[in-house]
Amino acid sequence: MRYSFFSKKLVAVIFLIAGFVSAQNHEGEEVETGAHDLKTQIKEYIDHHLLDSYDFNLYSYTTDQGEHKYIGFPLPVILWDNGLKVFSSSQFEHGEAVAEVDGNHYALYHNKIYKTDAEGTINFGGHHGDETHTEDAFGENLVVDDAHPTNEKPLDFSITKNVVFIMAVALLMFLVFRSMAKRYQKSTMPRGVGRFLEPLVLFVRDEIAIPNIGEHKYKRYMSYLLTVFFFVWVINLLGLTPLGVNVTNNIAVTFALAMITYLITTFTGNKNYWKHIFWMPGVPVPMKIILAPIELLGTFIKPFSLMIRLYANITAGHVVLMSIIGLMFIFKNWIGSPLSFLLAFALSLLELLVAALQAYIFTMLSALYFGMAVEEDHH
Amino acid sequence: MEKLIEQFSFGLFFWQLLLFVALLFLLRKYAWKPILGAVEKREEGIKGALEAAEAAKKEMQNVTADSERLLKEARAERDVLLKEARDIKANIIAEAKEQAQVEGDKMIKQAQATIESEKKAAVADIKAQVANLSVEIAEKVIKQELSDKGKQEKLVEDMLGDIKLN
Repeated sequence: MRYSFFSKKLVAVIFLIAGFVSAQNHEGEEVETGAHDLKTQIKEYIDHHLLDSYDFNLYSYTTDQGEHKYIGFPLPVILWDNGLKVFSSSQFEHGEAVAEVDGNHYALYHNKIYKTDAEGTINFGGHHGDETHTEDAFGENLVVDDAHPTNEKPLDFSITKNVVFIMAVALLMFLVFRSMAKRYQKSTMPRGVGRFLEPLVLFVRDEIAIPNIGEHKYKRYMSYLLTVFFFVWVINLLGLTPLGVNVTNNIAVTFALAMITYLITTFTGNKNYWKHIFWMPGVPVPMKIILAPIELLGTFIKPFSLMIRLYANITAGHVVLMSIIGLMFIFKNWIGSPLSFLLAFALSLLELLVAALQAYIFTMLSALYFGMAVEEDHH
Repeated sequence: MEKLIEQFSFGLFFWQLLLFVALLFLLRKYAWKPILGAVEKREEGIKGALEAAEAAKKEMQNVTADSERLLKEARAERDVLLKEARDIKANIIAEAKEQAQVEGDKMIKQAQATIESEKKAAVADIKAQVANLSVEIAEKVIKQELSDKGKQEKLVEDMLGDIKLN
């Protein structure tokens, strides 16, 4: 089910033509039943696309015999469950088998690893915990909405698809910027890739760091601002490429980034910053007491908004884009499919802008918070 | 919100934090510091060069102003010198003229004096000659008188005629 949406687009073009032909032939006899199936399929596909995965699958298909074939490679699963457990994700057989390590059994359910028995039984506590259902790990017996598995979840440090992609981006960034830095040893003029990257570095410095933090204090924040700007931008952009993986639509990733911003803000805050939080100058004493908890809450809300903004923008972009691509398969006629194709194309362009814009906003707001933390007393 | 918390993967968070912080420190050491340092150095170099150019321009302006001033002074001096020279020339000419006048007058006076004295001498000479001639004529007349009265008269007349020519 999991292949990147760009190759899906390519397939879509073929489908488009095929759909045009078939629409002429069948005049919609199959559409009713087919469309319903397709809708669930597309929904599943989108949900799946947005999730992390324990394998690095590039492409999957179903053979004529109804057998699922996957093209890709397994990744290591690292669990902490009374000791370190490391095994290959191929043991899960794409969620169709129970993995056994050192006498413990683990199974995938809704893309999460649970500790199970040898049969892969998943126990469910009802929403209020009064009723208990059982289902086999592959969800064949029953579908219980709002139910949470009560099975133990081991601490999961697996190298998932997203982690691999983060590593790849980090490595790529390191190599590119290292080579760019090396060129400066020979001459102070930018050469090669530096010609493109230097204006961006200067943009971060002159348009983001200096105006928000100030001429004298921006230097110690530059490393973080530059790293986060390029990291978010590159990972957003690569998430749009055919083989790319969507990383910034994971709340864990944006949470980690926002947390670093929060920690830097908190630990570099000067006396004036804390004074403005706990004892706001220039307002009456009762107001000071009321403002203190609000301001304190504000310090958490600021990075929280950073986290949600990046996560929501990228997730929404991908959901909308993929829904429109999905529409092509539902319409399957000569006007709807090209229309959704054009729409998807336009949205892809928009997503390119959003990728850069979100990186800019994240960096910009981080710089703004740092600027507040080191602002000198003006009163 | 609940879905978000459920979706939260601690493993991914852990790896993201670890990798990002590692990337941050690696890039800081191997990329950002050298890049920003080089850029700053270059900017300072450009700033320095611009300032130097500005200073050189100012210096140039000063030099030009100086030379212009000198030129002006030199011109003024030349004018003064020329005027002086002209004055001197005029003076010399005037003086020379005056002297020449004086000298000329003197010479003319001398010449007039000489002429006067020559004239006096000549008149004296003429007087002496006339006296001599008169004596000779008187001698000859007396001699003619003595031989022929007619002839004597004629002689006197001829003689007188000769005298007139002088």
